[in-house]
Amino acid sequence: MDFIEKARIMDGPRINRALARLSSEVVEENHGAGDLFLVGIRRRGVPLAERMAAKIADLEGYRPPVGVLDITLYRDDLSTVGAKPVVNRTDLPGDIENRNIVLIDDVLYTGRTIRAALDQLIDFGRPRRVQLAVLVDRGKEHRELPIQADYIGKLVPTKKSEIIKVMLQEFDEEEGVVIVERPSETA
Amino acid sequence: MTTVQTTFNRRHLLGIRDLEPGEIIHLLDTAETFRDVSKREIKKVPALRGRTVINLFFESSTRTRTSFEIAAKRLSADAVNVSVSTSSVTKGETLLDTARNLEAMAPDCIVIRHSMAGAPQHLARMCNAPIVNAGDGSHEHPTQALLDALTIREYKGRIEGLKVAIVGDILHSRVARSNIYLLTKLGAKVSVGGPGTLAPDEFVGIVDDGLTVERHFEDAIEGANVVMILRIQRERQDAAFFPSMREYAVHYGLQPRHLERAAPDAIVMHPGPMNRGVEISSEIADGSRSLILDQVTNGVAVRMAVLYLLAGGSHTATNTNGKSNASMRKPRRERKG
Repeated sequence: MDFIEKARIMDGPRINRALARLSSEVVEENHGAGDLFLVGIRRRGVPLAERMAAKIADLEGYRPPVGVLDITLYRDDLSTVGAKPVVNRTDLPGDIENRNIVLIDDVLYTGRTIRAALDQLIDFGRPRRVQLAVLVDRGKEHRELPIQADYIGKLVPTKKSEIIKVMLQEFDEEEGVVIVERPSETA
Repeated sequence: MTTVQTTFNRRHLLGIRDLEPGEIIHLLDTAETFRDVSKREIKKVPALRGRTVINLFFESSTRTRTSFEIAAKRLSADAVNVSVSTSSVTKGETLLDTARNLEAMAPDCIVIRHSMAGAPQHLARMCNAPIVNAGDGSHEHPTQALLDALTIREYKGRIEGLKVAIVGDILHSRVARSNIYLLTKLGAKVSVGGPGTLAPDEFVGIVDDGLTVERHFEDAIEGANVVMILRIQRERQDAAFFPSMREYAVHYGLQPRHLERAAPDAIVMHPGPMNRGVEISSEIADGSRSLILDQVTNGVAVRMAVLYLLAGGSHTATNTNGKSNASMRKPRRERKG
């Protein structure tokens, strides 16, 4: 399927600066990095979490642990999706009990992924606090659950017919965030 | 990373024989992920919440039935076990009537073990629910072959290019058949060994390529990376295939000295239940090469993967011909929330 690229809203350096700001906000809000535990949501939340951990290490001299959540088995639409989604590994290195968890994902849209991530996280233990950091927030009006981000790289109000495409070197050939739209679809 | 297209969109799991290599790899990859769930403190994920799995066992089983039950429960499905000794079969009900009555209670998957080859295929044709073959006569036992493959992959890192020896009662073994199909599809060489009555030469024809039959089981074991030992299936033997259990144990019971001819790092597997002192000596069963209990652990992961892939989606649409309605569904993009 061809998508029409409507706007390029972030390039590589801009993503990098946004992550730097998010990292320092996280450290400030949590009074250091000591109790932090970053958790990236597959797929693109994972490299974002790794990059933030590196930036926090630069700031504080301590690199917080980075975990990976695959929320497939916790999705609320498993019974309605056609082909079963591929299940990938969830890996949380170490105990999350009493830690300050920062969930990290690329885009916040309906909030359903974050709901699934929260449910899964709680099955692993009882963190002291869970916060949410996203590179792009598509705006509150799309939310289907009462979930908001604590740290936002860029707020991008969008239409439902639009899709936010986050490209990271780890998975894509380039770095950037673009708004695309399906040509046939009407808003 | 494999270049094979890996997906699994079937409605039933009836055997390994008609699966594509990519489908087998997809099942194994999914099982590998599910292995983690059993290592967690809360060994449960909500993937099949509100779904019902019926275990319909017409033959005795400890491992397989428990394994399917635990797999269903770890996926949050409700598991119901029906065993033949307490069922209406003893009152004269046919297999099909039993299955249709169970189906009227709207299960999302029926797992069946039966002494008749083809019983699961029959149900798959006549019923609407996804059917999993948990062993049918001497025909197939697909989840056993998958858990064996998962165990081999765990310890050897691959299947392709390995030499696997399967020794013992090949003729009556559904485990042997499913394993031969699976291992040769994924590029292993299989050699079976046993007395001529239990490992007949004609067996070589069940697959096109990759299988040899050896008369002396030491020859089958020669250079093997994996040695699978099979139980004597006395319940399926209707004639004298060997003079006595004692004689069989002397000539075909696996002893440590036999393993000297296998590869130095060969692993030993047995699908259970094992008869110590008959087809396998205790020294080997409890030895460092034995992966018998790892096989059982991996069995839960494989069955979780199978139940997730078969009972996880929406299949409640009107569908009476038993065919997959996957083609009618629109593939859906991964949605970000």
